[in-house]
Formats: sequence, structure tokens, C-alpha cells
Amino acid sequence: MMEDRTEHDPVTGTETTGHNWDGIQELNTPLPRWWLWTFYLTIIWGIGYCIAYPAWPLIDRATPGLLGYSTRAEVEAQIEAVDARNADVAARLASADLATLGRNDPAYHYGVAGGAAVFRAHCSQCHGAGAAGALGYPNLLDDDWLWGGTLDAIAATVRHGIRNDTDDDARWSEMPAYGEFLEAEQIAAATEFVLQLSGQPHDSQLATSGATVFAEECASCHMEAGTGDRETGAPDLTDAIWLYGGDREAITESITNSRFGVMPAWGPRLDEVEIKAVTLYVHQLGGGE
Amino acid sequence: MWDTLKLTLLGLTALIAALAANWGHDLAYQAHAVLIMLVAAGLFVWLVGQVGERRPAVDASGYADDVIRAGVIATGFWGIVGFLVGVVIALQLAYPALNFDWGQPYTNFGRLRPLHTSAVIFAFGGNALIMSSFYIVQRTSGTRLWGGNLAWFVFWGYNLFIVLAATGYILGSTQSKEYAEPEWYIDLWLAIVWVAFLVVYMGTIFNRREKHIYVANWFLLSFIITVAMLHIVNNISIPVSIWGSKSVQVFAGVQDAMVQWWYGHNAVGFFLTAGFLGMMYYFVPKQANRPIYSYKLSIIHFWALIFLYIWAGPHHLHYTALPDWASTLGMVFSVILWMPSWGGMINGLMTLQGAWDKLRTDPIIRMMVISLAFYGMSTFEGPMMSIRAVNSLSHYTDWTIGHVHSGALGWNGLITFAVLYFLTPRLWGRKEMYSMPAINWHFWLATIGIVLYAASMWVTGILEGLMWREVDSQGFLVNSFADTVEAKYPMYVVRALGGVLYLAGAGIMAWNMWMTIRGGVRASAPVGVPAE
Repeated sequence: MMEDRTEHDPVTGTETTGHNWDGIQELNTPLPRWWLWTFYLTIIWGIGYCIAYPAWPLIDRATPGLLGYSTRAEVEAQIEAVDARNADVAARLASADLATLGRNDPAYHYGVAGGAAVFRAHCSQCHGAGAAGALGYPNLLDDDWLWGGTLDAIAATVRHGIRNDTDDDARWSEMPAYGEFLEAEQIAAATEFVLQLSGQPHDSQLATSGATVFAEECASCHMEAGTGDRETGAPDLTDAIWLYGGDREAITESITNSRFGVMPAWGPRLDEVEIKAVTLYVHQLGGGE
Repeated sequence: MWDTLKLTLLGLTALIAALAANWGHDLAYQAHAVLIMLVAAGLFVWLVGQVGERRPAVDASGYADDVIRAGVIATGFWGIVGFLVGVVIALQLAYPALNFDWGQPYTNFGRLRPLHTSAVIFAFGGNALIMSSFYIVQRTSGTRLWGGNLAWFVFWGYNLFIVLAATGYILGSTQSKEYAEPEWYIDLWLAIVWVAFLVVYMGTIFNRREKHIYVANWFLLSFIITVAMLHIVNNISIPVSIWGSKSVQVFAGVQDAMVQWWYGHNAVGFFLTAGFLGMMYYFVPKQANRPIYSYKLSIIHFWALIFLYIWAGPHHLHYTALPDWASTLGMVFSVILWMPSWGGMINGLMTLQGAWDKLRTDPIIRMMVISLAFYGMSTFEGPMMSIRAVNSLSHYTDWTIGHVHSGALGWNGLITFAVLYFLTPRLWGRKEMYSMPAINWHFWLATIGIVLYAASMWVTGILEGLMWREVDSQGFLVNSFADTVEAKYPMYVVRALGGVLYLAGAGIMAWNMWMTIRGGVRASAPVGVPAE
């Protein structure tokens, strides 16, 4: 390779290898020392790390490493440490009656903080990170409750959910799609009446005939005065709070095709303390009864 | 005889594709069958017209550069497509309303994202690698490409693969493996094309008129062989029906994840690192007109790089169902890989000793230097992020996206632009690029774009990593996922702006290439003379 005609690069004075490819030559510069030593150091570190930590696969297990480290054990230790620290207050919350739990009780604060964490992980996707809800998902900050805002009612809703197929005790009701058996004029009239109920601009002539439709078709759930019924989750139609929108178009859509909001049952996925905690959290957001 | 065989094959392909178009179970499969039928039938008709006619003799005395010219144009074209889709999806992340209702489901983020990654890695990067390896292997072997028109088969076959893959994503066909989304029949086609690529390349090496094989060719050969192996193993799957695009992987669970990231990481290692180092090893010394800094370093870092890279995949699966021992090995090999990776950067940068003054005057050299700087930065960042403790913060965050893009935009993108600026005037017989100031503009737009991109993703990555793990004194989660999404919004806008600048630079390059190709008279390049 070197042969006998050693060439030198005129710029650096370094020897070349004598190769030439399409005009490209190579210098015979030795390996940079810092590069080589850093490479050796990473190799030595790597060998040490493999001795200290689980690394080499054997027939039915791997070398465990001198430190006995495992990622699962590390996480378990962290969780256990937190659980141990909270053991007393968690036990207190588990056995407490929420209705009589004092606002200054450490278990109350533990429950609200823990409930907030449960809410962020499981509820915020629909109800929003700030619990203000969205179109089709109720706002939990106000005192307008569809299925009740007492601690027991909130806990039942969380545990069993609404209109799901998985829990026999899920809250259930089903508004008919009136488009299937009312005339378009009747729906238009009922819409005007609902607008009137909620104090919005409306066609008063149509609303008068709409009152008849409402009395016959809607009042059994929404009540004669339109104030709603928590037994069936029928919303109050007299206020300015609307789950699916309160303008003429949205109300017409609700009457014609109905709505069918679903909430999963959290009973199988949260433990009792978590359900208690998230109940406390939602209850204290502003509208708890 | 040869023509009869080709006609039979094309006719059969067209016939089977026509049947497949009728019997296909899904839209992507049917669309692809129609496309393949049209291509095969078109070639059939064209070939029939040629049978029996006297063909003009091909001048086989010089380098086979026509296919490289086609590759240069394809690289520029796919670059623009890939960057454009990247900008669109960056904007979709900042402004979800851009997932327009009228475009559903074809233009939502989920379908455009693999289109972007495949277009930049495989279409832009792949065409750049194929055309530059054809260029390099001829020049450094002093011989014409082996295999006659087989090189054209590689070019058109590879680009057909890209069109099939891209249209498949839009029409909803994917095997849901990151960077390996194309379904089984597209994978089979790519395997055929890739073997043809290897044959052309090896054939040319065997015919070389130089005693030694140049270092660029070691890297390119390792890239071609390893990618073939990765592609085949990671795509072992069984089609649900030969008349449909859906297939089922033979590996399941954590084994599937491990095979996928063995593939995924080595796609980075051998496609985007080894292959592009091959490009670097030819074009940097040519452009600088200086010898390679260290022959010894090139040997040591080549063997260390290809030996170590192949083990590093498990670092993508820290803290998952993957056993701890595999995770440890992935991490250790990744850290040891740091110096072998840097060997390429040192050899590239130090090749400029004695030519540093060119940084002031030559924007192409400047692109190469910044490209090597980003290469060095991301090959330091990578080993660091593979350390379990660092990974527990960085994994699943935008830090990973920033890391990938400082490598892809900085290293792969800039070196490719430099190569396109090097090749375009030479291949079309021009003195130099149409506009040197435009290259300078491209350099600055791209560099500022990368800085905005990488910096914004570092900020959001570390921000969301810290927000996800934040717990209060009782161990309760402080932030919801939506809180972290909201917090990232401003940085998403900055990232999209970085992408717009990068795309604008590439647009200037496309114009500059077009003007260079249009002007003047083409001259042929003489075959190199071997060393004595």
C-alpha cells in the first residue's frame, strides 16, 4: 500500500496513503488521541454498566446486575413510598362519610387533590381540563345538574355512568326523535315555545300552538313549566344553559333527531377511594348541593 | 428471445393487475392495481413498437449519467413535496381546524404524517442516495455502471414504490409500523428493486479499475446490504387475501415492537447515517479539493459504526414491556456509538484543513460544514437521549421530534442540497450554478429554519416532559394532558415557521436547478483515469 514512493500533502506536510480515486487522496493522519481515549472510556463505562445492571441474556433469564436494579421495582418503590406517606389520610377518606366530612379535615383536602388528579387523567378529555365542559359535555362548574348535584348523586353518576351498555345501573333515559312522528310545523311550533320558555326572541303566534305540542309530548319529562326532571336527566329548558346549543337551529335539531349523550361507568376502572375523591372534587367545583 | 420474455412478463402483469382491480377488497389495493395495470400495459405497447426495429447503439464508453440526471431531478422534486407536506402537518398541529372536513379522511394528520416521513426519508433521501451512489461508484471505480438498463429499472422501480406507498397512505392502507407503513405487495416490489440496486452496485465495484475500494463505497455498500436485511425482516407478514392490501405481522407483542425498532433505528443508522456518510466521503473532498483527513480514522470509525449501530434499537423501548436487559444493551451500545459517529464528522471537517478560507467564498462548502456540525450535534444528542434517566424525561415528547429534525434537516437535508449544487452544473455541462447568491439565500433560510425548528422542539419537549411528570406533595398529578397541549401551542407556531423557511430555501434551490439545467450547452464527462 505504502510502496516506496511516499507522498506528502504540501499543505499539512502529512504523508498520504498513495491512493487516488477520481482525484481524491487520503492523508495518513493518526487517530486523534482525544477521540481514541474517549472511545475507550465509553467502552470501559459500558462494560461496567453491564456488570452493574441487568444486561446479558442467558438461557431462561438475564444477568441481574450487581445492583439488582429493575425499572419495575423502581416504579413500585416510588409508588409505595407515596402510598406509605398517604396511608393514614387515605384510610381516613376510605372510611369517611363524605356528607359529614369537615372542610378542615385533612382527608377532605386529600380527597379534593386526589380527585383533581383523577379528573385530569380520566374526565378532562370530555369535560375539559377546567371542568367547563363543551358542546354535548356538561359544564361541572355551575349549579345546573342533569342527574343531581348531591355527593351521592355525583358518586352514582361517576360509578355507573350514563346511557352505556356496560353497567346495568347506568343512568338511563331516551328522548324520542320527534322527526319520526311529528309534522315539521309542529316541531317548528315547539321550537318557538322552547325559545319562549328560555326568554329568547321568538314567534309568539307559533309559540302558542307550540305550547300545546309541548304539553302533550314534552312535559312528561321536561315538566309543565319546562324546568326539567333529574329522575330522567331531562334538562331545564327555562335557563340560559344549553348542553347542545340553545339557538333555533340547535333546538330544532334536538327535537327532530333527539340526543343521546353517553358517559362510561367508572366503577370498574377506579377504586372506591378514587371515586370518593373525584366526587368530592366535582362537588366543590362550585355547584355541589 | 429476451424481448419475448419481457413482453410475456409485462402482459401477465397487466392481466393479473386487471383482475386484481376487479376483485380488490379495498380502495388502495384497487387504485394500485389500476396503476400497475396502466404501467405494465404502457410498457408492453411501447416494447411491441420497438421489437424488430434497429435500436441506436448506446454509447457505452462514458459514465452512465442519464439515470443520475433523472435522480437529481427526482430528488429535488420529492424534496419539495416532502417539505410541503411537513409544513402542512406542522400547521395542522398548531391549528387543528386545518384538518378540513371536506378532506376527510384523506387529508387528516394521521394520513399525511406517514406521507411526510416517507416522502422526505425514502423519496427525497432515497433518490439522493441512489443517484449519488451511482455517481460515486462510477467515478471512484473508474468504470461505467454495470448492468446496462438495470440502473434505469432501479430508478423507475424505486419511484414506483414511492408513488404506491404515498397513494396507499392517503387511501388508508398501512401496516402501522413507523417508517415501514407500506403494505405487503409494495414491500415485495421494493425488495426486488433493492436487490437490483445491490446487483448494479456490486457489479460496478467488481469491474473497478482501481485496486482499492474507496471509503465512500464501504459506507454505501453497508447501507444497501443492511437496508435489504432490515426491510425484509421487519416486513415479514401474511396477507389476509392476495386480493386485498391488509396483512398480519408474524411477530406479536413486544417481539414485534423489538423487530420494528431494530428496523426503525437502523433505518436511521444505515439509511440516514451510513448512506449519507458515503455521500459525504466523496463530495466533501471533491468540493474542498483536499485529501481525506485520516485513512485510519475512516477504517476504525466505519467498522465500529456498523458493528455498534445494529444493537442500538432497544433504546426506543425504555420503560416498556421490553425486558430490562435488552433496554440496558440498547443504551450501552448507543453510548459507545458516540465516538464512532463523530469519526465521520472529524474526518469531514478536518478534510477542510488548508481550505477553511473557502467558507467565506463557497456557499456549498458552508452547507457541508453546517451539515457536519448538525451531524455531530445530533449524534451526541442521540446517545444522551438513549440513557434511561434522560429518556424517562424525553420519551414521547417533542424533544424526539426536534432531535430527528436536527439530524434530518441539518445533516441529511443540507448535505443533499450541497450534493445537488455540486452535481447539477457538472451533469448538465454548465460552468457553475445559475445563481451563486441564491445558494447563499438557501443556506441562510435553511439554517435559520432548522434553528427555529430544533429550538422550539427542545423547549416544548422538555416543557411537556416536566409537566407530565409533575406531581404535588401527596403524589398527585398536577397537569392534564390537555394542559400540556395548550402550553405547547406557541412553540408549534414557531416550528411551523421554521418549516416554512426551510421549504422556501428548497423552493429557491429548485428554481436555481431549473435555470442551470435550461441554460447553455451540455458537454459529456470523460471517464476517469485510474491511479498508476
